[in-house]
Amino acid sequence: MNREAFQCLDLRSAAAGVVSGDFTSRELVEAMLAGIIERDPAIRAFVHVDADDALRQADAADARRGPGGGRLNGVPVAVKDVLNVAGQPCGCASRILEGYRAPYDATAVARLRREGAVVVGRTNMDEFAMGSTTENSVHGPTLNPWNHGRVPGGSSGGSAAAVASREALAALGSDTGGSVRQPASFCGCVGLKPSYGRISRYGLTAYASSLDQIGPLTTNVRDAALLLNIMSGRDPLDSTSVPDPAPCADDGWAAAGLKGMKLGLPREYFGAGLDPEVAWAVRAAADACAALGAELVEVALPHTEYAIAAYYIIATAEASANLARFDGVRYGRRADGASDPYDLYTRTRAEGFGAEVKRRIILGTYVLSSGYYEAYYRSAQKVRTLIRRDFERAFGQCDAMLAPVAPTAAYRLGETTDDPLKMYLGDILTVTANLAGICGLSVPCGLTDDGLPVGLQVLGPFLGEERVLRVGAAYETARGPFPEPHGGAA
Amino acid sequence: MKYLTTIGLEVHVQLRTRSKMFCACGTGFGAPPNTQVCPVCLGYPGAMPVMNEEAIRLTVMTGLALGCAIPAFSKFDRKSYFYPDMPKNYQISQYDCPLCDGGAVEFESGGQGRRVRMVRIHLEEDVAKNMHFPSFSGVDFNRAGVPLMEIVTQPDMGSPEEAMDFLLALKQTLSYLGVSDCNLEEGNVRCDVNCSVRPDGQEELGTKTEIKNLNTFKGVFHALRHELDRQVDVLESGGRVTQETRRWDADQGVTYSMRSKEDAHDYRYFPEPDLMPVELDAATVGEWRAAIPELPGARRARLTAEYGIPGYAAGVIAADRAVADYFEAAARASKNAKAVSNWVMTEMLRLLGERGMTIGNARVTPGALARLVSLVDSGVVSSTAAKDVFAAMFESGGDPDALVREKGLAQVSDASEIEAIVDRAMEENPKSVADFMQGKSAAAKFLVGQVMRLSRGKANPKLVNEILERKLGAE
Repeated sequence: MNREAFQCLDLRSAAAGVVSGDFTSRELVEAMLAGIIERDPAIRAFVHVDADDALRQADAADARRGPGGGRLNGVPVAVKDVLNVAGQPCGCASRILEGYRAPYDATAVARLRREGAVVVGRTNMDEFAMGSTTENSVHGPTLNPWNHGRVPGGSSGGSAAAVASREALAALGSDTGGSVRQPASFCGCVGLKPSYGRISRYGLTAYASSLDQIGPLTTNVRDAALLLNIMSGRDPLDSTSVPDPAPCADDGWAAAGLKGMKLGLPREYFGAGLDPEVAWAVRAAADACAALGAELVEVALPHTEYAIAAYYIIATAEASANLARFDGVRYGRRADGASDPYDLYTRTRAEGFGAEVKRRIILGTYVLSSGYYEAYYRSAQKVRTLIRRDFERAFGQCDAMLAPVAPTAAYRLGETTDDPLKMYLGDILTVTANLAGICGLSVPCGLTDDGLPVGLQVLGPFLGEERVLRVGAAYETARGPFPEPHGGAA
Repeated sequence: MKYLTTIGLEVHVQLRTRSKMFCACGTGFGAPPNTQVCPVCLGYPGAMPVMNEEAIRLTVMTGLALGCAIPAFSKFDRKSYFYPDMPKNYQISQYDCPLCDGGAVEFESGGQGRRVRMVRIHLEEDVAKNMHFPSFSGVDFNRAGVPLMEIVTQPDMGSPEEAMDFLLALKQTLSYLGVSDCNLEEGNVRCDVNCSVRPDGQEELGTKTEIKNLNTFKGVFHALRHELDRQVDVLESGGRVTQETRRWDADQGVTYSMRSKEDAHDYRYFPEPDLMPVELDAATVGEWRAAIPELPGARRARLTAEYGIPGYAAGVIAADRAVADYFEAAARASKNAKAVSNWVMTEMLRLLGERGMTIGNARVTPGALARLVSLVDSGVVSSTAAKDVFAAMFESGGDPDALVREKGLAQVSDASEIEAIVDRAMEENPKSVADFMQGKSAAAKFLVGQVMRLSRGKANPKLVNEILERKLGAE
């Protein structure tokens, strides 16, 4: 098999190839590493690749080759720099975690490993998952494989770019307000944000605990379903994890079509501010679903306009506490020359955090302060309840919803750096799923005239992954193969 | 001028659980620094708390024992502040929905019945321990994350003595419940006290100060005494008490200011998103309620009523559940509960105290003590000899009958044998006999003593007296 053929495998074929002895895990991992060496200098999706370690894992997988080796035995996956993998750095693209090496595996990673997966490298992200462009990284920005003058989206931009450029067969990301779905949309790959609690958060460095979910980024919907199935399920180490087993991609899904399914189009998600090319691509995808037998209905999510405000209050409030532990006392970077503990905190955090992280910590501290709590945090929680009810009501009228992922295709590099509010507003179509705890999938559905990918968002109710994946798989099959990124300058 | 005192307490009690509040690390005391730690209690990135259900049960049991209401819904919150002993720089605690509301502790103080009302009882995680060395400081995280129950009282106490009696009564109850080891040396119970003074006749409470982190009851008592005197001095000299947090310096015997109200932290409480709320159903709470043992007050009363022992003895014995259990076991095996209570109160508690032991590892079984009491009552051994038997049993256990035989301590009640000894004593002490004849009755006592000496304490004192009296009368 040549290198390109390896890089285009889906996860099942890769695993089957290792099991049958068509190729070894070492050959597969070597091919992926070669792809990284060849293409990553141009897009910088990875922040850490330990080739020796990856090959050691591959050899171990080859040694246990056979039916009992696991569903992903010998198959390489990349992980976002926010997930703890024992022995690896887990820098969260931040200076403050310089030198930190994780002493344990995140549950999601442990479950992949249990199935034999090889953790091939760590991908770039916005610092502590705060951002929508992967520009807020101590390692510098990752570039969009489709157009190097564009951002890959964020915060899981490294994972999306790695998968889109075939440097990784699949990657893990995390989605707090759209951080898996939006980069998937910007980079033309599949991204799934499972329902809250579906995948254990244990070992995911927390940004906003009540919103965070780990999600897979893959080249196709069935791979996302497979990874979801492996990683999901109750974890005693995460009290918010749910017991229901997640569905696994079924070969029948695509063939069954969408007959009898009602798909909702939320009116508010097609309003002002939506790029016409994005709107056109998503409507075309909806029509394709109708052609597969689905009934399209318009639904309303009337509290959508308050979502961004509520999201940035709740997320930053939780972040202000979650990030308090980075103080230079136990691990990571410690500033020199401090005279007392408070001086140590001030210096360490001033040096260690980037501007966007500081902005969100300050915002979160403010909204929780005595005298402001009621006005901000409490109100935001009320809005959250209203948004959840919006979805409950709307899902009474449809099985799943179709919507754009982001109002536009990928931003130009630097376009939102000086205008964080613009970046925040770009999250409007994704934060609602996190606030409501429901699941959402991004599937590539078209290209703009500039040749930038556009994603179709399929939203499902809480624990409704099976429906979302069925719709995604059926649409994807009908759509046919999606073009490969051509790279190149802006 | 006369001043009235108002005192309220916040008592932090380390619960008796095998593992920490939110992780599986052990809670043992005295392990080498940072050996009972994991990513969770060290606040590592990505680590998440998991509720210790036993800690919930112990807290609710305490609440039930103190008559608290147990809300069906309770939750945990994050309390944010930066300090090196805080692994996450927030503490998981409970803000507005504690596990227990209200309740009261009833106890005696200064010979009077008292009742101190509770505000609430909540559960939280302990912090680490900062350690300072000549050129650097370290943090030992072994204690970080150990479950702490915080009991908050109303300002219902009127003197340091009453506060002390309250703490003793509370400690007894907690020990009875088995919710805490209540080991003060190991820092199992730590108090913050709030106190104020006001001139007699004034309705409105004076400005209070808070003294933080007192880890002995004596410390509470002395700190309060000092602080209340200080407040009176401030008022007497025309000043005003500042609302502030103070620290007690036990070596100097003074309190000093730590921070004023203006510097108070804004803890920015918000609900802990990593934990589900605690929702207790009535059946579970009912089960826990049914498991509450008889508490010290009730037991005191029952010991008096059931065994006929004096109130004072019942108080001493009931103070410790294990001692009371021991007493009851021995008393049930004996016909003389009062004698048993005396043995327990005096010899047993004295020897245990001397050796720093608890009744749990005493070698004198309740059955053995009961038997010893009956040996005394039936005149087989004298009470003096019985003390030797008890001491021997305390050292190495064993059966009192066997010990009496081995040591030859059986009391001599054979009249002819005693007569022989009495004769010998009179022969050896003719002067005393003569003194008695001349009306010096004290001489008889001396002779009794001589008889006892010659019999090595084994002669039945009652018979010795009778025989000696008869013989002296015959002279």
